[in-house]
Amino acid sequence: MTMTDAGASTDIGLLSHLYRRAGFGATREQLDELSHQSYEDTVEFLLNPTPEVDLQNDVFARYFGGEGPDSYVSIWMYRMLNTRCQLQEKMALFWHHVFATGLVKNEHILSSANQIDMFRANGMSNLKDILLDLSHDPAMLFWLDNNENHNGEPNENYGRELLELFSMGVGNYSELDIKDASRAFTGWTFSQPPPLYPHGYYPALFKFDADDHDSGEKTFLGHTGNLDGGDIVNIIVQQQATAKFITRHMYNFFVADEPQVPSWNDLEPLDPQLINEMSSALLDSGGDIKAPLRLMFNSDSFKTARFKKVKSPIEFVVGVLKMVGEFTEPRPGLMAYSTATVTMGQKLLDPPTVEGWHTGKEWIDGGNLTERVNFAVEEIGDGDSPGMQHLITLMIDSGALDSPESLVESGLDAMGQLEVDDSTRDALVKFAGDSEGDAAPARAVRILRLIAAAPEFQFA
Amino acid sequence: MVTATKKDPVLVVVQLTGGNDFMNTLIPYTEGLYHDSRPTVGISEDRVLKMDGKLGFHPNAAPLKEMFDEGDVAIIQGIGYENSNRSHFRAMDIMHTAEPLTISTEGWLALAIRELDPAGKNVLTGVSFGRGLPRAMVAAGVRVTSVGDLDGYGLMTSVEAQEQRADELDVFRRMYTPMMDTTPALSYLHQTGDDVLAGIDQLQTVPGNYTSTVEYGDNPIAKSLRDVARTHIAGLGTRIFYAQHGGYDSHALETVNHERLLTELTGALRDFMADLREHDASQEVVVYVFTEFGRRVQDNGSGTDHGSGGGAFIIGDQVEGGLYAEYPSLDPTTFANGEDLAHTIDFRSIYATLLEQWLGVESKEIVRGTYEQIQPFNAA
Repeated sequence: MTMTDAGASTDIGLLSHLYRRAGFGATREQLDELSHQSYEDTVEFLLNPTPEVDLQNDVFARYFGGEGPDSYVSIWMYRMLNTRCQLQEKMALFWHHVFATGLVKNEHILSSANQIDMFRANGMSNLKDILLDLSHDPAMLFWLDNNENHNGEPNENYGRELLELFSMGVGNYSELDIKDASRAFTGWTFSQPPPLYPHGYYPALFKFDADDHDSGEKTFLGHTGNLDGGDIVNIIVQQQATAKFITRHMYNFFVADEPQVPSWNDLEPLDPQLINEMSSALLDSGGDIKAPLRLMFNSDSFKTARFKKVKSPIEFVVGVLKMVGEFTEPRPGLMAYSTATVTMGQKLLDPPTVEGWHTGKEWIDGGNLTERVNFAVEEIGDGDSPGMQHLITLMIDSGALDSPESLVESGLDAMGQLEVDDSTRDALVKFAGDSEGDAAPARAVRILRLIAAAPEFQFA
Repeated sequence: MVTATKKDPVLVVVQLTGGNDFMNTLIPYTEGLYHDSRPTVGISEDRVLKMDGKLGFHPNAAPLKEMFDEGDVAIIQGIGYENSNRSHFRAMDIMHTAEPLTISTEGWLALAIRELDPAGKNVLTGVSFGRGLPRAMVAAGVRVTSVGDLDGYGLMTSVEAQEQRADELDVFRRMYTPMMDTTPALSYLHQTGDDVLAGIDQLQTVPGNYTSTVEYGDNPIAKSLRDVARTHIAGLGTRIFYAQHGGYDSHALETVNHERLLTELTGALRDFMADLREHDASQEVVVYVFTEFGRRVQDNGSGTDHGSGGGAFIIGDQVEGGLYAEYPSLDPTTFANGEDLAHTIDFRSIYATLLEQWLGVESKEIVRGTYEQIQPFNAA
């Protein structure tokens, strides 16, 4: 039994999958509306964000303002919950995962937040622009010590990670390439912002210090000349290795959990053919990020990968909040949720190392599984939230109460057509049978919160 | 005296988050430079709880002084490491992983837990109380338990009706029954959920089986240490406990905040030890209190900024009380970065001491090297 809208042309389960991956989830109402247009049109809508006039920073400052990291994380979460441009926001998170920059070192939240704004603005542009912007970003320059990268005294931190973690992957360049790439970025630094007190945060600004730039001859991946950082980026983005590495990141983030990044040089991608197609699309388009994304979201590999990825804590928390229909308008209180993901192992704006978060099943341990289950069960609670009320009504109207089996099926359908193992289904059906004497809405809400506690609900 | 069957040693680690001001905890009150450097946050000689002719405790640390006078407190003066990191997060990471040079994801206590329970038989071998699992307790494949609040601990705790919750937990148990014939990720989730239930079943029996005449204070560290005491007394096989006390980052208004924190902390430690003694459960317990760094010598007109050269405490019946390592020099020519107390002992020396002499665990792999140990425990 499904609760499909009359006139729908696109499967709700597929749309739900697309929005869990290319965004942070969608409400049932949103999915019903989208089901009237083709899947491909929805992918295009996601790939082409429109300006968001109703998400204004001055309004955010009123409800979530402050100088602490929690304020900035709350504002980001509000955007995740409410932006129509779901993929644009998800791409900001994607680049945050790939170009992991920690607040731990700079303790200058404005710079970290500005970096995310940059990813939101350029995240679906051209790979060359993205890597160039990254190389000008004060948070990144400080994180990887490029302000200590001097003419005659190169510091290789940024040069190395740019190649190893941000573009090509280990094994595709030599130590000499790292040395000369680092020399090419000498003098790329930033201006020291004034201290926080007493006037608040000021941004750090990129600064090119010509006197500190090594303008000697360098050789990088076979190109020789007076190369600077821009030339290095130009060369990097033309490499097959870069295209493969970046598109494998996309696959890992959007389609299915790959092993951890440091092993990529040794292990083949899960879907080598799709990675080949995506990297060709990236190279052939001259670095257009949308080209491989479009190909990926429209691929069968993506469409059939439902519930194959462990949700990250931020996907989990925002997905639940969206389902229960909370924080659709700015109001105080969201800040409390910014710490929820921390107890689940993900502190936004502060990844543990430059390698980023370890993903997949490494998101889960006993403590944070408990946090996840308790969070989802508590948010669903007695089902009084607007999102739950809507789902419960839909379930009851569609005949959920006909049998224990139908109650479970309609509950799974309501939760994004969640696919579960027999052991989970049997446990839920047994419960549905045992609760037959209870009132209808109470039965529906208890099934929903038990589904939220199921192992399968940890997967997107 | 005939001793009963020897109980397994237990280590309780208490983290003071934010950087405790060691110089205002154990105060060099005879030093002119101390008073000159701290016109705002300095403690005048008449208020110091004097220990010897040179050092004294902060007036709000009276319970710590009592325990020290009873010979149960080893004070490690000047703990730190070369090129002390002034970032809270990085510095705390270094304390958690015992690795100052590169980023590590393996916590020193998690590695100890792996040694104590190699097969991972008891999910309660390591238990952390408070929100979030500290990195010190995390390493791949090491099962530990993280408890926010012992009285409310459990799954689906927001379901208030007892009968409903019991029913729903039964469904949870069925849904998470370990299984083989599925994807590795899903089977790992089943195992993890099953572990959580195993821990909960035991931990939920703890509050009901505990009575005590000790009344703890009403603050987070007292609450966490009471949870540690109750769990330890219940005898569930926990070898390493973790608790945290936050708020030590005293850049501003240090005087009032530090007074409150030391009142809370030292009172909680005294009550904790008293509680254990009342239950004949103190002999096998040692408490290690640490922070990520000390604070700047010179105050900033309101508080103190990040510094180095902190202090740590080892507390317990088996502790040979006294001062260990040297108090950092107050000669400005010796200062680290020209403005911080220079450390006099590496923190990994203390880890090695606790691991080898207390827990009986080889330390070399865990602290990544050999460090000279101190001798803070009573001779057997």
